[in-house]
Amino acid sequence: MAASTTSASPLGISFDCVEKRFGSLVALRGISLKIQPGEFVALLGPNGAGKTTLLRIAARLVNPTSGQIHLTSGISATDAKHLIDMVGHSTLLYDELTATENLTLFAELYGLDDVLARVASALEACGLSSRAGSLVRTFSRGMRQRLSIARALLRGPRLLLLDEPAAGLDREGLVWFGATLARLRDDGCTVLMSTHARNESLDLASRAVSLVAGRIERDTGPGGDPRPLLATLRAEA
Amino acid sequence: MKTRIALILAVAGLVIFAGYAALFIAPDEKTMHAIQRIFYFHVPSAISAFIAFFVVFIANTAYLVTRQSKWDWLGVAGAEVGVACCTVVLITGPIWARPVWGIWWTWDARLTSTFILWLLYVSYLILRGLLEDPQRRATLSAIFGIFAFLDVPLVYLSNRLWRTQHPQPVILGGENSGLAPGMGKVLLICWIAIVCVMIVLLIDRYCLERLRHEYEELRFEVESRAAAAESVKGAR
Amino acid sequence: MTTARAAAILLSKELRLEFRTRELLTTTIVFALIVIVLFSFAFNPTAEESRRYGPGLLWIAFLFAGSLMVNPSFAREQSNSTLDALRMAPISSFAILLGKMLANFIFLALSECILVPAFSVFYNVSLSGIVSRLILVLLLGTLGLVVTGTVFSAISAHARMRELLLPLLLLPILAPLLIAAVEATASLLTEQPALDRTWVSFLAGFDIVFLTASWLLCDYLIEE
Repeated sequence: MAASTTSASPLGISFDCVEKRFGSLVALRGISLKIQPGEFVALLGPNGAGKTTLLRIAARLVNPTSGQIHLTSGISATDAKHLIDMVGHSTLLYDELTATENLTLFAELYGLDDVLARVASALEACGLSSRAGSLVRTFSRGMRQRLSIARALLRGPRLLLLDEPAAGLDREGLVWFGATLARLRDDGCTVLMSTHARNESLDLASRAVSLVAGRIERDTGPGGDPRPLLATLRAEA
Repeated sequence: MKTRIALILAVAGLVIFAGYAALFIAPDEKTMHAIQRIFYFHVPSAISAFIAFFVVFIANTAYLVTRQSKWDWLGVAGAEVGVACCTVVLITGPIWARPVWGIWWTWDARLTSTFILWLLYVSYLILRGLLEDPQRRATLSAIFGIFAFLDVPLVYLSNRLWRTQHPQPVILGGENSGLAPGMGKVLLICWIAIVCVMIVLLIDRYCLERLRHEYEELRFEVESRAAAAESVKGAR
Repeated sequence: MTTARAAAILLSKELRLEFRTRELLTTTIVFALIVIVLFSFAFNPTAEESRRYGPGLLWIAFLFAGSLMVNPSFAREQSNSTLDALRMAPISSFAILLGKMLANFIFLALSECILVPAFSVFYNVSLSGIVSRLILVLLLGTLGLVVTGTVFSAISAHARMRELLLPLLLLPILAPLLIAAVEATASLLTEQPALDRTWVSFLAGFDIVFLTASWLLCDYLIEE
């Protein structure tokens, strides 16, 4: 069954008293957070605050030690696999495959139709068409990050989880990324993006949540103004 | 606490009685005389090892299904006790074989299989030692433990089939070699004694693991409260 | 997406990765050849002895080489966390495991295509008349090795000292397979070669048991 990219309803996610421990290390404590469909949430906090863990739990890569995750359009976990994607700390790409081969692999696994055309247009959009046949191993950091983001966007997810996605992007990449995020937001995609420094994409955020030592310290809420909280971020070096 | 001590004393008494029975009450064996008495410890230890490993299998399966830590504690307790019983089997076997056959080791079906069994569960313990995250350690060692237990009948079957093709001296006579009535009773007593020792050790090891877990929890709670207090002080 | 289709896609990815570098294949074949040569120094076989020791030697070489070869299956996915991307895709964990098992099977089978003729040349063991039956035994034995080896690759990928750990976990489990494969091969290398039904059924049983166990436990294996 090929995943549809336009007709899926908006997807929200809620965390209900979520706790995650790794042995005696508690990464997240008592996280209760309800993200409405279509919200663009900036997740702030110092390193080690638990942002990555929270995103990975949302992506279903990690199960919480206690607590529940609910997807607010009531779809099952298996269907959710078609609609959620993540850009992580690692590239999630095979270094010994070309850019085209990487995207083709995932396009086929995602069950998309018209794989060739989709891959070509994805590469074109992120500006990597000229290097489509080169091994990812030969790419610069910025190019890898672009390809990594392109992979996550391949099937038009309704919930996009971004873990410091701007890290390593060059100027062109940042421009493309900002434009892509704006388009996604307009399309009604729910975005949860973690960052620990200012960048332009944060202007799109409709809400800011800050994590400290595994707990939610501040949350500007669905209707609130995230800008004061975002202003506390350091500028990108 | 009192029941624990009473239980340990009872089992100790049983073991002393069993030892006495094995050494003095049991009739002397016709050809092998005194050394045959090792049989009273060798066979029950083997059975105890099996019981312990079966407990490990149940614990592993239960952990994967329920995700409760207590099954993981039971698994490691069973594996350690089982390896200990297996070691006894592997040591008493050669001690018996040397005076009787003149050789320390023989690759007969039972000894070979027991050796592989020992290796399997030693590997289980080594695997646990090399996995750091407790949840991952419990899950992955449970998977390995299940594979290991599924392997056990295959190990015994393959060794049996192999040895019927290439016969070798059998260490302790077959299961069906006739036992004089006096021997049978002593064997039963020793069997009960050793199984009781195994159960006591199992319970103790389980409790140790549980204590270790509680200690880690408490220590972490103390540390995180101290850290929280620090940050509040710093903020002021 | 069906498990079979997903496994096929992943299999072609594994094959493409390997054929681009060919590092696994070459290392496995050369290592097994080294084992075979070393055995010839240790035992100095005559034709008669090579009939007796040959099957054991062959399968020990496969076991050693095979247990080193399956190691990178899951270890390779760790450098860029590519396993995360696979887990987020709408495919079953068994598809991920199966794709790797099939890839390992093909690599080991290809290695055997070179090693078995090499063995027959070095040890003067004629394979005429028994080739198809030998292939059956090789297939069943390799399958058992690959099924358990791939699962343990997933287990040891998370552990310290994984290169030493994997053979440590794998070889005791494979002891019954070694006995069965050696006996089945030996019965083919006698004066009157015959396929030993008992051992061949045992091998098939071994494969079924562990393939089923892998299928039942794959979710726990692949999760974080």
